[in-house]
Amino acid sequence: MSFYPLMETYAEGLPDARFDDFTEQDVRRAINRTTATVEDFMALMSPAASSLLEEMARKASRLTVQHFGRTVSLFTPLYLANICTNHCVYCGFNCTNRIHRSMLSLEEVDAEGAAIAATGLRNLLILTGDAPAKTGVDYLEACTRVLNRHFPSVSIEVFAMTEEEYARLVRAGVDGMTMFQETYDEKLYAVLHPKGPKRDYRFRLDAPERACRAGMRVVNIGALLGLGDWRRDALLTGLHAAYLMHNYPETDIAVSLPRMRPHVGDWEPATIVSDRDMVQFLMALRLFLPRVGITISTRENAEFRENILPLGVTRMSAGVSTAVGGHADETSGEENTGQFDISDARSVDEVCAALRSRGYQPVFKDWEPLFETRGEGI
Amino acid sequence: MSKDTFEIGGRTLTSRLFTGTGKYGDDGVIPEVCEASGSEVITVALRRVDLESATGNVMDFIPEHMQLLPNTSGARDADEAVRIARLARAMGCGDWIKIEVISDNRYLLPDGYETVRATEILANEGFTVLPYVNADLYVAKALVDAGAAAVMPLGAPIGTNRGLKTREMVRILIEEIDLPIVVDAGIGRPSEACEAMEMGADAVLVNTAIATASDPVMMARAFGRAVRAGREAYLSGPGAKRVLADASSPLTGFLGGAA
Repeated sequence: MSFYPLMETYAEGLPDARFDDFTEQDVRRAINRTTATVEDFMALMSPAASSLLEEMARKASRLTVQHFGRTVSLFTPLYLANICTNHCVYCGFNCTNRIHRSMLSLEEVDAEGAAIAATGLRNLLILTGDAPAKTGVDYLEACTRVLNRHFPSVSIEVFAMTEEEYARLVRAGVDGMTMFQETYDEKLYAVLHPKGPKRDYRFRLDAPERACRAGMRVVNIGALLGLGDWRRDALLTGLHAAYLMHNYPETDIAVSLPRMRPHVGDWEPATIVSDRDMVQFLMALRLFLPRVGITISTRENAEFRENILPLGVTRMSAGVSTAVGGHADETSGEENTGQFDISDARSVDEVCAALRSRGYQPVFKDWEPLFETRGEGI
Repeated sequence: MSKDTFEIGGRTLTSRLFTGTGKYGDDGVIPEVCEASGSEVITVALRRVDLESATGNVMDFIPEHMQLLPNTSGARDADEAVRIARLARAMGCGDWIKIEVISDNRYLLPDGYETVRATEILANEGFTVLPYVNADLYVAKALVDAGAAAVMPLGAPIGTNRGLKTREMVRILIEEIDLPIVVDAGIGRPSEACEAMEMGADAVLVNTAIATASDPVMMARAFGRAVRAGREAYLSGPGAKRVLADASSPLTGFLGGAA
């Protein structure tokens, strides 16, 4: 199975004018629907909805509290390596960029893990560039075994893999994966990824599905908003999530809403996604898929992150460093090695205090590992 | 009413309202919720328990007198539920376990077959097993045979606050199953909890409706009162308990005997 043929069908029916066809009445109907249809989702994403954001917000807020409570799960990324063989024009890890390249040894991974665990976080997202010869599956497997000593939940945001490779990592203790399609526009994708293994659009598009089949507990997808037409990318992200939820009901599906951020390199985004646009997408997604997880990263600034909390957010990163080795060694030169610049540099304690002051409980641990090796003898 | 108690797993309970620990904006409110509701049994998702955490562990907020009911939330099959239950016991959470086996994250409906399988294994290991299931007579009967201590049918899907949608099926379970029936999931308002108790349910479990209320403590108190009111209404005998087809023949009654 693959989302690809379904996506092509949707994409063909999506000339730009289509979003402009919806009226306020269509949007109102969509807001009041118990179960929103694809057509409703489009209406909620359309320009006509921009005057009804407050109505959407009330429903989004109610649905979020109903299904998730006043809680937000926290995690932080750990950059294991920034070595990369790809030429993505918008990314700081682009192999032609002159930045200091490194990868952590297992001892360093352990030290980073210990430093992060000391902040109270229990859910870790590990990241690498795409360099299978150096930071391939063997390396990720070894790192996971080290990090499981500190974290009940370890997720990956790395290169696209085969189903068997995902299954190997699940057996090693990985329980979640994040894969950004970047843009669902296949032609634009080719332009943005001129060389390197990531150029294979279809292999990347089907990666979340392979991860579901391999037994990942949480699969998180997203488009990098700003690379292409944000409405189109947002719509296809939502439809991709709906496809995965329908076909893999045993997997928790989540969606990230990252916007383009400044990075090392001179490429500028094609479109600017405003705060208003971002909020509309967030709420439309919540109304379309009331049970989907929604992740907001530190690409967004503190004030914005707090303001959008009630509108659908269920997961947040905190205490973030995008530099390799940036947690145990604060002098590791984030400005030179990071993948992008963050906007919310608050510590874990500061993020927790802010959540609590708004009546939300930060959740550190939301999974008990069930690996056979851990269960033995109990 | 003073002696209206019931028993599960050898423990005598006076409150017929079970509460939960999920979805609160601040776990610090849990002790007040327990007190206001009068509840004696509280569920906790083992996947959220973090005994290694120096602060903020949900277990720190559960009053000592409460009967802990760890649940297997997150389990996708019987084997995972069994492993979670064993972990819970090893972590000192006691022998009670609420079986939740859900492999459908869209609707969160329980898998009856896997639930029965997990119940049988855990009951044989000495657990007091309270399985969460669809309101299905055959699954409930299989749970009795498997050694369950109670049966917990859903009123509506988890977290929906839609009320007692399975009313007729729950009524059948109340009539036919000789184990405590605890209506779990879906109850969104005190009046719905009251209705379940009026029907003859032994208890109800309410989490979302309390935890996501604007004032969880006040809502907990309201649920506690509603459950007592429903129970009193049931005990006062509003009508016949059984609703089987009536064999009498009104048109031939004049003959002086059953036709």
